[in-house]
Amino acid sequence: MKKLLFLFFALACAAAPTRAQGERAVAYTGATVINATGQTISDGVLVVRGGKIVAVGTRSSTRVPEGAQVVDVTGKVIMPGIVDTHSHIGGAAGADGSAPIQPDVRVLDAVNVRDTSLMRARAGGITTVNIMPGSGHLLSGQTVYIKLRRGSTIEDLAIRDAAGNLAGGIKMANGTNPLRANSTGPFPDTRAREASLVREQFVRAQDYREKVRRAGGDKSKLPARDLSMEALAEALDGKRVVHFHTHRHDDILTAVRLSKEFGFRVVLHHVTEGWKVADEIARAGVPASITIVDSPGGKLEAVDARLETAAVLDRAGVLLAIHTDDYITDSRLLLRSAALAVRAGLPREKAVYALTLAGARMLDLQDRTGSLEAGKDADFVVLSGDPFSVYTHVLETYVEGVKVFDRSDRQDRLYATGGYGAGYGQHLDFECYAEREGGSQR
Amino acid sequence: MNTLTFRRAAVALVVLLSAVSAHAQIAVRGETVHTMAGASIRDGVVLVRGGKIERVGPASSVKIPKEYRVITARVVTPGLVDAHTVVGLSGYLNQPHDQMQLERSSPMQPELRATDAYDARERLIEWLRTLGVTTIHTGHGPGALVSGQTLIAKTTGAEVEDAVIVPFAMVAATLGDSAIMEGGRAPGTNAKMVAMLRGELLKAQEYDRKWQAAKEDQKPARDLRMEAYARVLRREIPLLVTAHRSQNIVAALRLAKEFNIRVVLDGASESYLVVEQIKAAGVNVVVHPTMYRAAGEAENLSMETAATLRHAGVTVAIQSGFEPYVPKTRAVLFEAAVAAANGMTFDEALAAVTIDAARVLGVEARVGSIEAGKDADLALFDGDPFEYTTHVTTVLINGRVVSEEKR
Repeated sequence: MKKLLFLFFALACAAAPTRAQGERAVAYTGATVINATGQTISDGVLVVRGGKIVAVGTRSSTRVPEGAQVVDVTGKVIMPGIVDTHSHIGGAAGADGSAPIQPDVRVLDAVNVRDTSLMRARAGGITTVNIMPGSGHLLSGQTVYIKLRRGSTIEDLAIRDAAGNLAGGIKMANGTNPLRANSTGPFPDTRAREASLVREQFVRAQDYREKVRRAGGDKSKLPARDLSMEALAEALDGKRVVHFHTHRHDDILTAVRLSKEFGFRVVLHHVTEGWKVADEIARAGVPASITIVDSPGGKLEAVDARLETAAVLDRAGVLLAIHTDDYITDSRLLLRSAALAVRAGLPREKAVYALTLAGARMLDLQDRTGSLEAGKDADFVVLSGDPFSVYTHVLETYVEGVKVFDRSDRQDRLYATGGYGAGYGQHLDFECYAEREGGSQR
Repeated sequence: MNTLTFRRAAVALVVLLSAVSAHAQIAVRGETVHTMAGASIRDGVVLVRGGKIERVGPASSVKIPKEYRVITARVVTPGLVDAHTVVGLSGYLNQPHDQMQLERSSPMQPELRATDAYDARERLIEWLRTLGVTTIHTGHGPGALVSGQTLIAKTTGAEVEDAVIVPFAMVAATLGDSAIMEGGRAPGTNAKMVAMLRGELLKAQEYDRKWQAAKEDQKPARDLRMEAYARVLRREIPLLVTAHRSQNIVAALRLAKEFNIRVVLDGASESYLVVEQIKAAGVNVVVHPTMYRAAGEAENLSMETAATLRHAGVTVAIQSGFEPYVPKTRAVLFEAAVAAANGMTFDEALAAVTIDAARVLGVEARVGSIEAGKDADLALFDGDPFEYTTHVTTVLINGRVVSEEKR
């Protein structure tokens, strides 16, 4: 019996897709290829081998390697895998209620990679995700960048940097979410206090970093390890990008001000009133990753939400990404969010860019993913038609050359459309928006 | 001219102008006119006069009189009908002072009138209007066993009296987790909900029997709660039952049968599991928004449910529903669009937010299709209404242009 079991697992492992070098190339031919660069190739060819893109171009200009498996995708559309810079899939929470600033907390220690929300993200054509802790804190912890590979642990999915560390940023927030009315505890009750608490910690981190620098590698002179200071020092060194939840125009500029004071790299998230301060954001050279909801209301800070925000920021010259903030918008419908931005004036090629390469740039992953270019990871989506048409469906999603979603598969389709068991274990948790007072939650 | 005289003159002018526009004669010419009463018309004309649709037909046979203002569009549809929302009671700001859709001081309050809480100037109503929604069924929301009454209104007018077309449309009930009361109060379980509702309806049967039997000068004391239930028991209005789990859906059907009342199912996430029972009961369904968040009791919802029900022969309307947070409302235009991409045909999805929605609400004689004699409620588009990138260009309610925002 044991032998049988072993055999079963050995076979199961053998059947699992591998990405070994020298693997047979696969050529996807005949599709309209929409690239992040604004280029559209009709009757295109995409050649993939060993999880990487080998070539992409027109049929006449692109050599299909001998012996390659040819997949005819005539009539379909291929676009780069979507990069979601802001999501709460995986059911993870970060910081707890004990303090407003908790840089030591890593969301990667809590992500459930079997959560059905990950299946829905694959069904939406998403291949790369920044999983974030919530926004009820000034700093709710470290985020984790993942590829939506099929795997059983966060390590299987996580993206590693050159040194082998799991990649991620830092989640910060300002405005009303981190506020606690009549606070007598550690949480702030005003915006100015929010900023001062953050500055205090970054000043400490500057000192910590200076001590480490002075030690010059001499272990006896190093300060005692402080996990929070380490994470903030990484932000000061530019190794961790700060993903900053911010809605109101003044809060947006406070986030910019803090990043300039301490020199940390920042991506503004939500940026609901960004249309009011688009030029200021552009002048600061700070990117914006926005949430697009199709109707207004529901949160005082977001009452001035406009569908035009994407177009306004783009026109001002701001690097623009569009994210889900899943559960605020559904990972299966991120293409729709971008389409609504197009409805409100964003050029189509900018909308494609905002879903792909712009996000990759915000996560420092632009050399690996976000566009269809030789040498990059084979992260792509096969669509039934125009990416911005309501009638279009994501047919297949590939991460590093491996198919992770197939609409023709019964189980995969269940996650695309919903149905019995598709939402198992899902709890409504408005991570990034939940106000602690006021707003009715019922 | 002193200030007062000037003001009076200005007021008079405004009154005059609005009177003129109220009686405006408008010809809407559309490359495609989806009348929802027979086949759609290529190059169609809709003549509007006195707030009503005067005539509709192909441009070749409907002559546009000279004095009519002509508005053109790629596509014309009836004004959209949202079969269930809470706008007007649940406000844009989402602060305690503008959340009037739910009162949980006691579990069953059918006497709460929607007309006493509807804010016709609410910003969400204006938003829906610009998206072509011209009729809404709104009022007390899900979240209590019996939360109160609903009304049907046009998305125009400054006060409820100007807007409302049916002041008491349905009694709203909920079977499911959201109706559970905290702190040991009843109902604490789904079975208890049904027991309490049955108890109320039995009492109301008795009340109504006594009331009807009594001579004019010997009528028993009025009971507002019982009066509301009595209207349901006399089948004058339906009981709107929000239920997502299949067991709660069939419990609603059981109630309908036991008391011989009309039930309209609302939400109905798991209705695809009990389609045959719903069909056999002859019950209409106001299905959840297609893009509703799949969680909690609605975790098993499917974007294809509207199609599944419709193809089984059930009359289906699509709702915007209730949203607790961001965004504060949905728009049936968007929800129907996604239904059209998930199993429904274009016509079926459009019907679910026009004529079929009107049928479920019992107002199909007035709204929901473009036919002579009906209210002149129209939505104009610059392309396929369901495409993400198409805009609503003009909206008419009762023959008046109420929005020309390109949205």
